[in-house]
Amino acid sequence: MINALDSRSARVVSQPPTRLGSREDLRTIGEATVANPKISCRHVDVFYGDKQAIFDVSLDIGNKEVIAMIGPSGCGKSTFLRCLNRMNDTIEGCRVTGAITLDGQNIYDEKQDVVPLRAQVGIVFQKPNPFPKSIWDNVAYGPKIHGLAETKAELEEIVETALQKAGLWEEVKDRLHQPGTGLSGGQQQRLCIARTIAVSPEVILMDEPCSALDPIATAKIEDLIDELRTQYSIVIVTHSMQQAARVSQRTAYFHLGYLIEVGRTQQIFTTPRHRLTEDYITGRFG
Amino acid sequence: MTPTTLFFLLCGLSLVAYAIGRRRALATGAASGGLKRLHSRPTYYGLLAALWCAIPALIVFAAWQAFETPLITELVVAELPESIRSLPESRLGLVVNDIRNLVAGNIVAGDIDPAMRQAAARYRSLQATSHAALAVIVLSVGGAGAFWVRQRISVRLRARNQVEAVINWGLIFCATLAIFVTIGIVMSVLYESIRFFQAVPVTEFLFGLKWSPQVAIRADQVGSSGAFGAVPVFAGTALISAIAMLVAVPIGLMSAIYLSEYAGRRFRAVAKPLIEILAGIPTVVYGYFAALTVAPFIRDNGALLGLDVSSESALAAGLVMGVMIIPFVSSLSDDVINAVPQALRDGAYGLGATRSETIRHVVIPAALPGIVGGVLLAVSRAIGETMIVVMAAGLAANLTANPLQAVTTVTVQIVTLLVGDQEFDSPKTLAAFALGLLLFVVTLILNLIALYVVRKYREQYE
Ligand SMILES: Nc1ncnc2c1ncn2[C@@H]1O[C@H](COP(=O)(O)OP(=O)(O)OP(=O)(O)O)[C@@H](O)[C@H]1O
Ligand SMILES: [Mg+2]
Repeated sequence: MINALDSRSARVVSQPPTRLGSREDLRTIGEATVANPKISCRHVDVFYGDKQAIFDVSLDIGNKEVIAMIGPSGCGKSTFLRCLNRMNDTIEGCRVTGAITLDGQNIYDEKQDVVPLRAQVGIVFQKPNPFPKSIWDNVAYGPKIHGLAETKAELEEIVETALQKAGLWEEVKDRLHQPGTGLSGGQQQRLCIARTIAVSPEVILMDEPCSALDPIATAKIEDLIDELRTQYSIVIVTHSMQQAARVSQRTAYFHLGYLIEVGRTQQIFTTPRHRLTEDYITGRFG
Repeated sequence: MTPTTLFFLLCGLSLVAYAIGRRRALATGAASGGLKRLHSRPTYYGLLAALWCAIPALIVFAAWQAFETPLITELVVAELPESIRSLPESRLGLVVNDIRNLVAGNIVAGDIDPAMRQAAARYRSLQATSHAALAVIVLSVGGAGAFWVRQRISVRLRARNQVEAVINWGLIFCATLAIFVTIGIVMSVLYESIRFFQAVPVTEFLFGLKWSPQVAIRADQVGSSGAFGAVPVFAGTALISAIAMLVAVPIGLMSAIYLSEYAGRRFRAVAKPLIEILAGIPTVVYGYFAALTVAPFIRDNGALLGLDVSSESALAAGLVMGVMIIPFVSSLSDDVINAVPQALRDGAYGLGATRSETIRHVVIPAALPGIVGGVLLAVSRAIGETMIVVMAAGLAANLTANPLQAVTTVTVQIVTLLVGDQEFDSPKTLAAFALGLLLFVVTLILNLIALYVVRKYREQYE
């Protein structure tokens, strides 16, 4: 496993920025590694049964950075995202190989307990999925099961802070004991974000968090991401290139299960180095 | 032609009508430039013709069947000699019966009066005429209906809408039929119960603590005055059902949770049908098991502990009944637990909840309405169960909460009250109907409570 972490063995090709990778060449180009990463993935393959969904992806996620993942539908963005806190464990027949480390610890190690891992690496899903409980219980659930609050007052403070950070407090402070499922879609999504940050994770994974939201709610969530960046590392999957450009520092482009290109967001969107990336960004397919 | 032959003939005629209607529609469509022009697909024109052939004819058929017998009887009686016609109502009924028997070729007691013979011959000829007439009328009504539709077929005939309207009425008919049957059952039970309550006061039945339904049939019989207090019987039902639920709910629910949340797909594929087999074992077999294996086992072990256990005990019957209804609880719960969206589970897992926390805090609350439904189904099954209790719990109507004693249940009492030769208007037999009515009311109340619980949770959780 130590070997796997050696960045020299990462399947990264350095190429002069002027030359575009050919469409048949599926090797990763760009800066897949960073100094002092929070999460580091090496040679990750993911299989659903016999079908391989992710091919040999190596990628680092830096401390306190927002990294966006883009790519056509079905290219494996969600699959890769779910590897980062082992959510794929819940899918029968899903197998992950390679090495993924969080703060240098291999999370697929046999000794790794998934419960603290998921408390450290929180996830917000594409479709809002509040529990059929009250708004308050939805947010308080995580802190409760992890014993983050000693007293009721502490718990109340955690809930309020989380709702405030998610930009939902003003809208729900008078109806905290009504069911979370009674909120609008955008409010539900912010509730799910509040639920995730109430556990104080170190990394937040977001799978198309704005796909069901109107521009105003989207703007609120983007502001929130900007704010969260000061404390957390964030991985966000998005289909909106404007959104990726607005919120992220680095962008990774996936294609058919391969990581094609990684780089500074600005560079990816202005001067992509791989043909496939360029095709996608200029809207030639996807 | 017998009515049965006629009925099948009519079915055949409808099939022909279907074919004709469809053929005609195809031809009409082709003539006016393609099937697209037709308002409905050709099948619907065929169906419309078939319906118009069958339904009016069937109505005539049914009406004729209903009025034929009384009408013919009336005519035959009118021609009987004055001496017979002036007999009182009940004797006349016997004469009519004799005539019918003669017609059917059965042997009649006593000498056969020539007048009767004549009447029977008249009856037979009237019947033959009637059948022939019916055949002609029914077939021509059917044919006319089909022909009428065939003439009307055009590109603009809205055949689909008409067929759907007919189907709609058919569905309404079926739905109301079930309701009317239920009402009919309730009314018949209610009627007999009211007769019972004329003999035994309602308050005694509802609150009396002694059940001993043997009444004196002859005036000189002694010692069986009859006591109709239903409390011990219902207490027995409650006790046995409670024991059964204590067995079935925890085991059923836990196995459902294991199967849906923990077990691998292959284990589940094998185990689920196996558990469901438990529901398919005939209750008589459970009865043997309870009476021959479980009851003696409990008695012997109780004796070892110095307990006084009767050889037929509520415990034995309740335990075995509990095993029987495990699949009701587990199978239904398993289905509703599986129906809880994976997204909810993922939400909990994503927060770092363990599997058991996810099940306890998220999955079970979301599945609760369905689980309550399954449990209630099991309760009604337990309350209605008879065979196991007859064999294993005994007939003694003891008022006791001690599961080691023999008790009896409502259904068992109903059976014993009605089995054998009984006088139908004695309070003893009528008591069975009163018990049935009360049981019906109790299960109804249980269902209402369940509905209320489920609705309350729905409001809270969705
Ligand atoms: N549970 C599963 N079982 C089997 N195959 C799956 C499963 N989930 C995803 N896949 C397959 O894995 C591949 C990647 O899917 P994934 O959901 O990661 O795509 P995505 O990039 O997130 O797409 P989208 O943008 O549409 O959400 C797809 O081909 C998909 O069919
Ligand atoms: Mg996805």
